[in-house]
Amino acid sequence: MAFALTPEREREVEELLSHYPNRRAALIPVLWVCQRQHGWISPEVIDWVARRLELSTAVVKGVVTFYTMFFEEPVGEHVIWVCRTLSCDLRGAKAIQEHLEEKLGCKAGHTSKDGKFTLLKAECLAACGQAPMVQIDDDYFENLTLAKLDGIIERFRGEAS
Amino acid sequence: MSDEFQPLLTSRYGIEGSHTLAVAEKHGAYRTARRALTMMSPEQIKEEVKKASLRGRGGAGFPAGVKWGFLNPKEGEEVYLVVNGDESEPGTFKDRTIMNQDPHRLIEGILITCWAIGAHTAYIYVRGELKHSIDSLDAALAEARTKGYVGDRPFGKPHPIHIWTHSGAGAYICGEETALLNSLEGRRGEPRLKPPFPAVKGAFGMPTIVNNVETISAVPDIVELGGERWCSLSRLAPTDGGVRLYGISGHVKKPGIYEAPVGITMRELIYDYGGGMLHDDHPLKAVIPGGSSTPVLRPDWTVDAPNEDHPLHAWHGKSELDVPMGVDTYRALGTMLGTCCATVMDDTVNMVEACRNLMRFYRHESCGQCTPCREGGAWLVDVLDGLLSGRGKVDDVNMLVDIANNMMGNTICAFGEGTAMPLLGFVQRFADEFVEVAKRGLPLDVRHDESTRALVKGGVAA
Ligand SMILES: Cc1cc2nc3c(=O)[nH]c(=O)nc-3n(C[C@H](O)[C@H](O)[C@H](O)COP(=O)(O)O)c2cc1C
Ligand code: SF4
Ligand code: FES
Repeated sequence: MAFALTPEREREVEELLSHYPNRRAALIPVLWVCQRQHGWISPEVIDWVARRLELSTAVVKGVVTFYTMFFEEPVGEHVIWVCRTLSCDLRGAKAIQEHLEEKLGCKAGHTSKDGKFTLLKAECLAACGQAPMVQIDDDYFENLTLAKLDGIIERFRGEAS
Repeated sequence: MSDEFQPLLTSRYGIEGSHTLAVAEKHGAYRTARRALTMMSPEQIKEEVKKASLRGRGGAGFPAGVKWGFLNPKEGEEVYLVVNGDESEPGTFKDRTIMNQDPHRLIEGILITCWAIGAHTAYIYVRGELKHSIDSLDAALAEARTKGYVGDRPFGKPHPIHIWTHSGAGAYICGEETALLNSLEGRRGEPRLKPPFPAVKGAFGMPTIVNNVETISAVPDIVELGGERWCSLSRLAPTDGGVRLYGISGHVKKPGIYEAPVGITMRELIYDYGGGMLHDDHPLKAVIPGGSSTPVLRPDWTVDAPNEDHPLHAWHGKSELDVPMGVDTYRALGTMLGTCCATVMDDTVNMVEACRNLMRFYRHESCGQCTPCREGGAWLVDVLDGLLSGRGKVDDVNMLVDIANNMMGNTICAFGEGTAMPLLGFVQRFADEFVEVAKRGLPLDVRHDESTRALVKGGVAA
């Protein structure tokens, strides 16, 4: 299926292009706009972005694959990133990860059966003083305990999808 | 000391609505930028920043005033300012507090800096994970544009200044300044060979100054107080001036970001600011001073500087914790001040395990351009995995040192050293522990997992 941005998001792209002296510089911001609409960077998205910014698909693909936040496959409705770097590990991040794996019924790197959550490991997310922490979509959840984490997951599960 | 300390960088933290222009301005924002742009020449501002001895807050500690002096744009070249908000060095979480709680301080710093260095466009590169920081900056910029502070005539001055945020998308290496520039230009975040340095050929091939978020955020205070006075707030004036943000995380009672003069000691940071060790019955074993790339310190090691010419002679025989935290003092100590955000470990932590945690990070984040970095980083993890699982031999510890030594100085960017130096630091300062693990695997009495598990299970986390 061909990909296209909504008119509103297309205006966002126009605005972004005005920030830079050339089109290519808008590549990462434009990929973000696309991922926010589509959920992931599909081959169709790559084609569309390449045409829109007058770049080869190889260039766009090369950039997409470099950055961990661009999803090259579909992900769950919510993406949970568990920070496992040192400051978080010192404050129990391993237990946080294990608890989430048990609760969601999937290992890190996978999506829960109901398609609701994708669980991923993350490297230091610049919240070390509030460890342990996870990022869910755009939000940080900090100073976690297992009980707090349960509440957060239940809230996401309870929301209408 | 802390009683009389007047916060500067954090003076608006905690004030309700401090991220909005109205509140920030009521508490002093943009006063200095207005004065700087309307009444001061670029030379005057640069002079104050030089006198301030403002050492870069991004990790390397290079004096900002000197860096700005490297600019020498040719006819027809446009100068760019690029602000580094990548904040990805493990253990570091300070710039985020500025971007979230006082974005107008950063914008004011950018306005003054752009005027001083002759730039008309500034980009703030923020790591993609920090969506809230980007939103906070975008909202603040929108307000500043409406007011006319950012735009074609800031404070009436016919010197257009446009400021844009640019989001990364997950890659530690994009904090390295030339990788950051590639990422800004829509490329893979692979570091460039230097020279040319960014001041000669940076963003879009143009002369560019790259500075850290905190570095630029200090500029308004420097101009306000005057470089000399701001510099003298430091205990290490005149070579390392001013005040800065200190971070502390890991096994302390009050992890967080604290503003203090340059040159407080690690002991003060841990026991005064950080509230002391998390568990009173678990003493300090090691502390990584300024982000994961800086070699670890241990409290029972003392400064060895019997020679009177040694910069640390005054601390000869004292604990490493008692040396003032400065760019030059820490280098003399054999480590680095880095981002000045410390990671504290108590006696439950096995140093080989801590080292492996960080080496996994580096293996994951290497951009892969240089063989010593790409392969060396992977080998370090493999050897550490072997040691910890009981498959290792004592000679493997020497192999770790060999691999790390072969990375040093053999790579395009400082990531290679940033991987090798902490490894060497761990092995040097905790050689016994590495050898013991090599002989027996991870000793069973390591309570690392158990103690931390109790923390989150019992709900002790603050
Ligand atoms: C691997 C690596 C990662 C870096 N990450 C950051 C970072 O996240 N933030 C930052 O400000 N500087 C980072 N730096 C330092 C920058 O290259 C550059 O020196 C700095 O942004 C300059 O600003 P300053 O002089 O104000 O410190 C990194 C350097 C290296 C080698
Ligand atoms: S040292 Fe590592 S991160 Fe830096 S350019 Fe080489 S491979 Fe990339
Ligand atoms: S180590 Fe987890 S946020 Fe830094």
